[in-house]
Amino acid sequence: MAGAGKNYLNHEKGIMSWLTSRDHKRIGLLYFYSIAFFFLLGGILAMLIRTELFRSGLYFSPDLYNRFMTYHGVIMVFFVIVPGIPAILGNIIMPLHLGARDVAFPTVNLMSWYCYVGGALLAFLSIFMGGADTGWTFYTPYSINFSGANITAALAAFVAGFSSVLTGVNFVATVHKLRAPGMTMNRITLFTWSLYATAILQVLATPVIAITVLLLAMENIFGIGIFDPELGGDPVLFQHFFWFYSHPAVYIMILPAMGVISELITTFSRKTIFGYTAIAYSSLAIAGVSFLVWGHHMFTSSQSEVAAIIFSVLTMLVGVPTAIKLFNWLATLYKGSIQMQSPMLYALGFIFIFTIGGVTGIFLSTIATDIHFHDTYFVVAHFHYVMVGGTLMAIMGGAFYWFPKITGRMFSEPLARMSWVFIFIGFNVTFFPQFVLGAMGMPRRYADYLPAFESLNQISTLGSYTIGFGFIIALVAIIHGALHGNKAPDNPWGSKTLEWTIPSPPPHENFETIPTVTAGPYEYR
Amino acid sequence: MLWIPSAHAQSFMPPAATDIAENVDSLYGFLLITSLISFVILMGGLAYFVNKYRRRTANDKTAYITHDHTLEFIWSFIPFVIFMICFAWGAKVYLDMRHMPEDAMEVHVIGKKWDWEFIYKNGRKITSDVDDAGKKIPANMVVPINKPVRLIMTSTKVNPEDKRDRAVLHSFFVPAFRVKQDIVPGRYTQMSFTPTKKGKFYIFCTEYCGTGHSSMLGTIEVVDELAFNNWVIGDDSGGPKELSLAEKGKEIFKTRACIGCHSLDGSKMTGPTWKGLYGSNREFNEGPALVADDNYLRESILNSNAKVVKGYAPNQMPSYQGQLEDEEVTAVIEFIKTLK
Repeated sequence: MAGAGKNYLNHEKGIMSWLTSRDHKRIGLLYFYSIAFFFLLGGILAMLIRTELFRSGLYFSPDLYNRFMTYHGVIMVFFVIVPGIPAILGNIIMPLHLGARDVAFPTVNLMSWYCYVGGALLAFLSIFMGGADTGWTFYTPYSINFSGANITAALAAFVAGFSSVLTGVNFVATVHKLRAPGMTMNRITLFTWSLYATAILQVLATPVIAITVLLLAMENIFGIGIFDPELGGDPVLFQHFFWFYSHPAVYIMILPAMGVISELITTFSRKTIFGYTAIAYSSLAIAGVSFLVWGHHMFTSSQSEVAAIIFSVLTMLVGVPTAIKLFNWLATLYKGSIQMQSPMLYALGFIFIFTIGGVTGIFLSTIATDIHFHDTYFVVAHFHYVMVGGTLMAIMGGAFYWFPKITGRMFSEPLARMSWVFIFIGFNVTFFPQFVLGAMGMPRRYADYLPAFESLNQISTLGSYTIGFGFIIALVAIIHGALHGNKAPDNPWGSKTLEWTIPSPPPHENFETIPTVTAGPYEYR
Repeated sequence: MLWIPSAHAQSFMPPAATDIAENVDSLYGFLLITSLISFVILMGGLAYFVNKYRRRTANDKTAYITHDHTLEFIWSFIPFVIFMICFAWGAKVYLDMRHMPEDAMEVHVIGKKWDWEFIYKNGRKITSDVDDAGKKIPANMVVPINKPVRLIMTSTKVNPEDKRDRAVLHSFFVPAFRVKQDIVPGRYTQMSFTPTKKGKFYIFCTEYCGTGHSSMLGTIEVVDELAFNNWVIGDDSGGPKELSLAEKGKEIFKTRACIGCHSLDGSKMTGPTWKGLYGSNREFNEGPALVADDNYLRESILNSNAKVVKGYAPNQMPSYQGQLEDEEVTAVIEFIKTLK
């Protein structure tokens, strides 16, 4: 190593050394700052939405509400949860897990961040063009109505999509080409397996949304009839294209979270993971089946009855590998040595919330009940349980778990635990009542609602403020830890994976000598 | 299986006002109980293990268990079986829901930003109204109890002259009936229900359609048959009697040049006869045969060259796209339906 005290954070200095860095850890941090910014923005919009819904009647105009709702969705999906785990934790940790000095294409990695920034700028531009009000789904023909801002917002998703594709290509190549000697495919970590499955989805699914947005633009500019019924197009075709991407995108959001959870459960139980092969291959199975189930978003869209039935049965198949993962994590706890540190609290919180998200998924894949629940608050509650409760809990757990490695300092455990209490309780208070609202028939994307729905909406709104408070505490814990935390040891949690064998924070090129691997990743004996 | 009927004691669902709604609720009850059991097993296990195997010392020895094929098979297979039961049950109820009874009373539904219009066969048209205080009274669809109803739905522009404006998606949702169907511009979609309870029930728009989405409410009022028959005639306020949809269609047939090429008595002219057309099997110069339904007739009126009936020359009929309003197209189809 190049002298004591030298690491990737102080290896080079100045803002330009960050903006042109090809070090996977620095790019991961660039992503962290930008994603954290968007998360804050999306979170504020969420609380504005909940404030409007605090009582029956209107505080804002419906048009303003519709823009809050649209930008909350676009930002949280395309700029927070899709890139979240792969681009931050994946970038920083995955090469360390493989025993590599960097990802396969460091320059492409930096380029992916600039694509993300480009998409973000387009999203801002669309706000100044009047603001999109289509919801994050951009359904035609509504999105053709007042084309400027809506098309620009869709283009933002298009450009940000390239960031996703580039990260995916990079990760697939890295996993195949840069494993340390002895690191066979059945010795890579489950986190890496989940990123690998995600990367395949990113590479294969994202181009479809790009093509769809291009078709939308061509229709607008050249008047070619594709989705617009007035030009002889088919608006339902847009829904097929959209969900052909966006359903796999749901797994782009959740698979890496499952990978993080596997790491946390095994570390804090100090026990080898139960069913390594089953968890690894169930990630691939979920990725594969996810391409064949998009029609379950469209049971009421006027697609044929036969199509609906086929999509329903295929969707049920996704449930099986998901259940397998839950049981495997549970079995890992059996006869372990369980330590309830804050990352573990987040992991257990994930299992609790994800189980609710999972079982309510069955209500929606069963066609007859979906007809009632479709486009009601039941769906809103379900996908927040899966994507927010699931993915965000994993991001937070992972962030605290790898915090000592990334920053070289320890965070305040009491603060981290307190953030968990508020986020976990606030989350359930916010979203559980929404299942009931949905069953009662309250449709989603409503700026105003009938007085009968008021009391449950009030509980939900109070819950959302609780979540907001929890994230403020988490932010304080992170900033305080990064600036004033105690110096972190190389391996504070007693983990077995490779990143804990090098100093905290890691040196510029990670490993002084590339390690030779002789055993699996979770050898707790 | 005694617990199923007791399980759907309106578990947060609105009152069930059709037979299908009762069936959906039984399935919902099954799902609720199965998920509750699974949730308790998983979370109970979690809480038990976390408590029992809490770290005692810094150097606890843990068991080295990598896998167990029997266990893994069990926890894959049992969920699989449960999921397949949910699927099959759900598909069956869904098919019942989507079955369109032959003898159903047809009502035309038009969604436009941001209101509902209902048109009955006899030409009676229901729109929303405003009360003395300026408050909106949602459009109220009146239907008789215990009679199947079929809705033929489409979406139109508010202002046909505005080139920038678009007809958009809507969705017709009656929580008390547990039915929902999207309404797609440029085609007809349909749904059916048989109300079994009298009362007034809400209709929500459940496909996002812009500014007025959340105020796009309607109501369905279920009354007994006699009351319905009196209501549907309309009020006798002395004005000229509305033409029925079929009568309007006949007027269009005469005045918009249909009569030049289509016969009503089965004889062959430049175009196919309209007699017995609805519900007949059509064969085309190109493409697969199909049964003539509302959507086929709509397409043939607006874009006649899309499917040319076998034995007839293409390019004989001008497009009526933009020439006829949606309601007029519907009237022509209703007229064709009467020509048995």
